[in-house]
Amino acid sequence: MRFFLRRGIFYLITFWAAMTINFFIPRIMPGDPVSAMLARNQGKISPDAIEALKALFGLDENMSLWQQYTTYWSLLLHGNLGMSFTNREPVVDILARSLPWTIGLVGIATIISFTVGTLAGTAIGWRRGTRADILLPISTFFSSVPYFWLALIIISIFSVNLGWFPSNGSYDRSMVPNWSWEFVGSVIYYGTLPALTIIITSISGWILGMRNMMVTVSSDDYVTVAQAKGLSERKVMFGYASRNAILPQLSSFALSLGFIVGGTLVMETVFSYQGIGYHLLTATSNKDYPLMQGCFLVITVAVLLANICADFAYGVLDPRTRQEG
Amino acid sequence: MSALAEPRAPRAAQPAKDPVLEIKNLSVDYGYDEPTHVLRQVSLTLNRGEVLGLAGESGCGKSTLAYAATRLLPPPGLITGGQVLFTGRDGAKQDILALNDKDLRASRWQDMAIVFQGAMNSLNPVHRIGRQIADAITAHVPSMGKKDALDKAADLLDLVGINPDRLRDFPHQLSGGMRQRVMIAMALALDPQVLIMDEPTTALDVVMQRQIVEQIADLRERLGFSVIFITHDVSLLIEIADRIAIMYAGEIVEEAAAQDVYRRPRHPYADGLLHSFPPLRGPRRELGGIAGSPPDMAKLPTGCPFRPRCAFAFDACSAIQPELAPSAVPGDDPTRRVACHLHTPDLVTAAGFEPRPLPERLTTP
Amino acid sequence: MAESLTLEELPQTALDDTAPSGKKRRFLWARNTKAVTGLFILGFFVLIAIIGQWIAPYDPDARNKDAILQPPSWEHWMGTTHLGQDIASQVILGTRPVLLIAFVAGILATFIGVVIGITAGYVGGLGDESLSALSNVFLVIPQLPLIIIIAGQLPSAGGLTVAVVIAITGWAWGARVLRAQTLSLRKRDFVEAARANGEKTWRIVLAEILPNLTAMIAAGFVGTVAFAVLSQITLSFIGITPSDEWNWGTILYWAQAQLALQRHAWWWFTFPGLCIALVGISLTLINFGIDEFVNPRLRSTGLNARMLRKRKIRPRIGFTPVVYEAKEDRS
Repeated sequence: MRFFLRRGIFYLITFWAAMTINFFIPRIMPGDPVSAMLARNQGKISPDAIEALKALFGLDENMSLWQQYTTYWSLLLHGNLGMSFTNREPVVDILARSLPWTIGLVGIATIISFTVGTLAGTAIGWRRGTRADILLPISTFFSSVPYFWLALIIISIFSVNLGWFPSNGSYDRSMVPNWSWEFVGSVIYYGTLPALTIIITSISGWILGMRNMMVTVSSDDYVTVAQAKGLSERKVMFGYASRNAILPQLSSFALSLGFIVGGTLVMETVFSYQGIGYHLLTATSNKDYPLMQGCFLVITVAVLLANICADFAYGVLDPRTRQEG
Repeated sequence: MSALAEPRAPRAAQPAKDPVLEIKNLSVDYGYDEPTHVLRQVSLTLNRGEVLGLAGESGCGKSTLAYAATRLLPPPGLITGGQVLFTGRDGAKQDILALNDKDLRASRWQDMAIVFQGAMNSLNPVHRIGRQIADAITAHVPSMGKKDALDKAADLLDLVGINPDRLRDFPHQLSGGMRQRVMIAMALALDPQVLIMDEPTTALDVVMQRQIVEQIADLRERLGFSVIFITHDVSLLIEIADRIAIMYAGEIVEEAAAQDVYRRPRHPYADGLLHSFPPLRGPRRELGGIAGSPPDMAKLPTGCPFRPRCAFAFDACSAIQPELAPSAVPGDDPTRRVACHLHTPDLVTAAGFEPRPLPERLTTP
Repeated sequence: MAESLTLEELPQTALDDTAPSGKKRRFLWARNTKAVTGLFILGFFVLIAIIGQWIAPYDPDARNKDAILQPPSWEHWMGTTHLGQDIASQVILGTRPVLLIAFVAGILATFIGVVIGITAGYVGGLGDESLSALSNVFLVIPQLPLIIIIAGQLPSAGGLTVAVVIAITGWAWGARVLRAQTLSLRKRDFVEAARANGEKTWRIVLAEILPNLTAMIAAGFVGTVAFAVLSQITLSFIGITPSDEWNWGTILYWAQAQLALQRHAWWWFTFPGLCIALVGISLTLINFGIDEFVNPRLRSTGLNARMLRKRKIRPRIGFTPVVYEAKEDRS
């Protein structure tokens, strides 16, 4: 259990650090863009909201830095992230509305990509030196291009030219969101291209990583022992080689999550997919600071939670981490 | 343990030759495009119930021989010729090298099991040891359920002196000696006829080494399997082996009964090797060691590969390659074999050289 | 970045006997086709970056009413924009800022990573704990959103600023790998010996530890440069950097803003994207080369697959191939 305790403490520290960075960024930036925006929005949003914003961004001259910091935390813990300048509604509401879309899209696409990629990498790594190595340059290409560029290419092929899928939006606008099959079908239909983009760009990383680990693990003694025991090929490949190769693959999953999420955010703009990324980028170009900060916060927390899941899986899969002492 | 209480006396009557494993002219390359010939036409026979020791400096090819005979040599190893004939209990012979994947899988562990060098890495770190032993059993006896296989695994652990409660331990929870015992237990899971042990005690301390060796001897008495015991430690072999083969540069240079090799080495290399280890018991002898270092297999000298390091080398040694032949010393066991020109004057003469008499050192009666 | 992870997983092989020395080392580099190809592609772009202003056929800002949204042709071999600007010229002149910012960011991030990683690994104890925690925190916080909110709140996000922001957020990975390696180096005999001899710490670090980390530092640097290229182009694409400074991201920004997709102007975004991909591929190839150099297990067997098939050799673990090629008799 020590392992999980240690990791738990680590994630608490990381959460605190991320929130603190979030606190300091607007305060150390040169110039005072936020108060300019505030002045422009005077009268358009409620005085209460203005107060909260001042506290969040450190514009209240009467407060010491420490007071600002404690107020910041108290607001955060109460779920008050301020008021969006452009949308004139609480940031939390916007986030609550858009978060499920991003998590659904990134989550499902990443899980598909990780699973398929790891399986493919297992096969390629196991049979190295065979034709499968041709896949390598292809996947190198896809891991080298930005997500949003691939999104453009995919739209241009499948939407503009072939007309198979819609090029933007997350569901048919003529429908009212509900849990009917029709609506879910529309969500899947609209989500196919964005998901495809994520899968195509990230899958190569999983293939390559798993392939390299399979090559490395295959020359470990216990794999030879497994062959010497006369186990079936499938059992050696999955029970011995890939079962061990998956461990570093999981740590690299945790490490690259932030990277994938980052790429996806920008991609959402290209698809006008109404997730967090779309809001983060519109907020950035509109200088809607409260919304920007809120998006960053929510993204960070989501990535932290996903990391915790990956860590937990690692702990379950590797008995050595559970060792006491 | 009685077998080890005192130095084994030469067996009065060797049992009738009943080979269980015959390696014939086995050749192995390392590397596909610029191969190094790491084994060259090696022949070796293991008789039923026998412990055959395989000794030599590191890099001489003794492990390669074991791995090639079981086809476990990792890439870029390549078997380029020869036969490995295994004789089953029913007397049927099969060539391991000619088996297809399916038959080879079926034969593995049931006919021949291996205890690998370094038990540290031989166990899968993420599975419980019980499961790893049971794995081997269920793969060959599909009719046996998981529960029965685990029960059998528990018995096996008991056999090698480990508390069956350890069944649910992971490898990292065991000490080095225990892991080696687990490997031995695992190797015995299917009651194999041949057990190949590749430096099974190298990573262990001397006390543990002793225990393991005694255990192997004891188990062999009880279960009656044959053993190929590979080590660079010749003094250890004298303790456990019936016969010893000494390898140098990918070839066998001397093969004889253990006591013969120990008391009456006939090859200059065997002689040197014996003098580089203190005997575990018995009279002390002068430690000498062998000058020079093991040869680079990619750049072997012409003629006898041991020539550059040999104190008795003469002109024929650089010209012709020696072959395994009976010892030239009168009164020697006619079945012992030596690959040295000092023992084959006829071959030397035939090649047009003047044969040399055997030095006194190599003719101890 | 997944491929470089093997470096971290195999700290032992990285240093052990397998690394050949001297002449053979150089020979291996030359034989390492991946690394050579990568260096060649990267060299090409570096050349373009240097001589771009003299070889660009047009002024990238010059509008041409007669050549609006032209597909690739002899006059405009990457086509034109909605204002008739020559995309090829924009791509050529956009090369320099892309590479410059990426390299500056790479150097800065590597420097921070080396200092923090080696310090953490060498001093150990509480210093190590806190520095590792710091780099782990930076590893877990999603970098791109962090870069976006920092750059988005800056009054102006010009070239150097972007490089600094990328470096500040992107050093942690290198630091983590270097820390692990330093930790294992510190326990090696030669370092212990130097310490026992009373060598000064900075001398041990410079003379004994750094040289053994070269391959990893190089790999980290290459990885960071690749990350910096992507981050920077992303920032330009979403319009955080000034949109009148040409780089490949800016071209894509205009393509997106001016609905290149809907206007079927595929050339507008295809070519800059291919350049990004080529630079990324070259960096990946270089890192493959370093990986194979450091971890010989990944190196291919040296014989091409066709040759092996012809000889009916299928290299695999647990089933040594048998070919009856050896001469039957020795004499």
